[in-house]
Amino acid sequence: MSLFITAGYPDPGSTVELVEELEASGADIIELGMPFSDPLADGPTIQYASKVALDQGVNIDSIFEMVRAIRNRSEIPIVLMGYINPVLQYGLQAFFLKASSVGVDGIILPDVPPGEFPEVEALCSDYDIAPVFLVAPNTSEERMRIVDQASRGFVYCVSVTGVTGAREGSEVSLSVGKFIDKVRKNVTQNPILIGFGIRNHQDAMAISGKVDGFIVGSALIDHIRMVYSRPDWIRRTGTFVRHLKYGVKTGSDKSE
Amino acid sequence: MKTAKSPEVASAETPDKRGFYGKFGGRYVPEILLPALDDLNAAFADVRNDASFQQQYQTLLKEYVGRETPLTYAGRLTGHFGKARIYLKREDLCHTGAHKINNAIGQVLLARKMGKTRIIAETGAGQHGVATATVCAHFGMSCIIYMGSEDISRQKLNVDRMRLLGAEVRPVESGAKTLSNAINEAIRDWVSNVDDTFYIIGSAVGPHPYPLMVREFQSVIGTETIDQSLEQEGRLPDYVLACVGGGSNAIGMFYPMLDYQDIRLYGIEAAGEGVQTSRHAATLTGGHPGILHGSLSYLLQTEHGQIAEAHSVSAGLDYPGVGPEHSFLRDTGRVTYTSVTDDQAIEGVRLLSSKEGIIPALETAHAIAYLHELMPRTRSDEFVVINCSGRGDKDMETIAKFIKQP
Repeated sequence: MSLFITAGYPDPGSTVELVEELEASGADIIELGMPFSDPLADGPTIQYASKVALDQGVNIDSIFEMVRAIRNRSEIPIVLMGYINPVLQYGLQAFFLKASSVGVDGIILPDVPPGEFPEVEALCSDYDIAPVFLVAPNTSEERMRIVDQASRGFVYCVSVTGVTGAREGSEVSLSVGKFIDKVRKNVTQNPILIGFGIRNHQDAMAISGKVDGFIVGSALIDHIRMVYSRPDWIRRTGTFVRHLKYGVKTGSDKSE
Repeated sequence: MKTAKSPEVASAETPDKRGFYGKFGGRYVPEILLPALDDLNAAFADVRNDASFQQQYQTLLKEYVGRETPLTYAGRLTGHFGKARIYLKREDLCHTGAHKINNAIGQVLLARKMGKTRIIAETGAGQHGVATATVCAHFGMSCIIYMGSEDISRQKLNVDRMRLLGAEVRPVESGAKTLSNAINEAIRDWVSNVDDTFYIIGSAVGPHPYPLMVREFQSVIGTETIDQSLEQEGRLPDYVLACVGGGSNAIGMFYPMLDYQDIRLYGIEAAGEGVQTSRHAATLTGGHPGILHGSLSYLLQTEHGQIAEAHSVSAGLDYPGVGPEHSFLRDTGRVTYTSVTDDQAIEGVRLLSSKEGIIPALETAHAIAYLHELMPRTRSDEFVVINCSGRGDKDMETIAKFIKQP
């Protein structure tokens, strides 16, 4: 199970402690979102979290500091996820050098698909940062093989044709069966993690059976948003994450 | 005397196959959109050489848009400056009141050819939205227009027009609530409905092949201007001016002229309250290269690469990016990019209205305003063409507010 949070959301001071709680509650990979002013592949939840983080002054240097602090305590794989422009302005070479030195393991840049920005792929290789690319339901089989070739760490399988965000009803699981078979057949060199639209353990189990794991982002951020006003919000978030991973013993899928 | 002999210097083919103009352009988009861009690129390549498509397009330009638009000699404006003769390329006379419809027709025809049933578009000043809604009404297609709520309030007339034409106008509340945010929201819609939806981008921005398509469908402006200049003046213009937001009217005017090195081309951006302030939209003057909305181009941004909010009195120029080909032409020096402020633009509206009886759009007025700087340098045996990209009816509320001030 990979968990996405926006770095610096809900406040920059708690990201390190939050990551620790996520790991203790069952996260196997942490995706740390680098907030961007114009997140055009994201739905309302991550747009909101990005804005909150940016309003509190989060930038790439402060994210590197968070990663460094996490690394002092934990070996959990950390994948940075964000749009290319802030990385470009930081300086591509400087970014990868620093990312590598603070202990970043991988990077997801949704607006840089394989082949469209070769310099980025070369730098990933030079600095040993795993490039994670995405496949979607409308990706051709030939293209899936290209994505598999270009990726390291895992391939991010987008469950629905759309932006990020928790979705209503069974929209996710219904659309996903045949697509996963196709991904399985063509993505052979990397683990496959499926994400977009997973709200709870039931959703996760419904669609991740045939792949190697699942990713939750928006639902986690929605949960944090709901409990943040409480003093024990980090512990409550840990409970939510355990429910995501292991289910709720009462049989209800409503963890809220 | 100059004649329209064949260009002496052939410019390199732009964009290249991957959609780059020099280092600018590209396709920096989510994986989900790549198949759509591939399909679009292939379909567009087909229609460029498809005689029946081209004939249908030309017929609509003539019979529906009312092309060709005149090249009007501005006698009293010329007299006002007492230097080079001034002509106006009258895109304001296009059906719907601006050049935007040239592109909307081209892209709607392409969408129909590709079997897409759902049209979406973004709009800033509302001219592209109105043009798209108009063409969709003409063909009986449904369309959804994304528009920042700030723009909705300052371009109310155009919102009413779009709704009357049967379009659904969806207000966008994020960020500065202007054009850039409307593009974000349109892209999110496209990502979510990519199978049946055609996204009609109105400016020369976005991922390849959009900047190329918009250039091609707008190049009728420059091509006609060349022919009309030869007919009316016996030679090509010495100076050509166009306003630049995303840059569709400017690239349409400039592109056919690029190889005629003697034509001096000027792109006029919106300096808002001044390029030295943070409230302007002069991307090529005050920005740095970066990636937004699928391509690499000059951008207004913070030192951390966050996109800055643009400001201009003119909704159509109020955009923190610019078309990638303009960035390329800036760096090669072929086009000179400069800017005028909100106040100068308002003065430009007043000048053209009072001297020629033509009320220009606030966007266009930026190009008019630049005459104050350009004209003293010209000679009386030269002539200037200004792309009069749109008419000002839509801006009357904004203009009236300024003109009331002492």
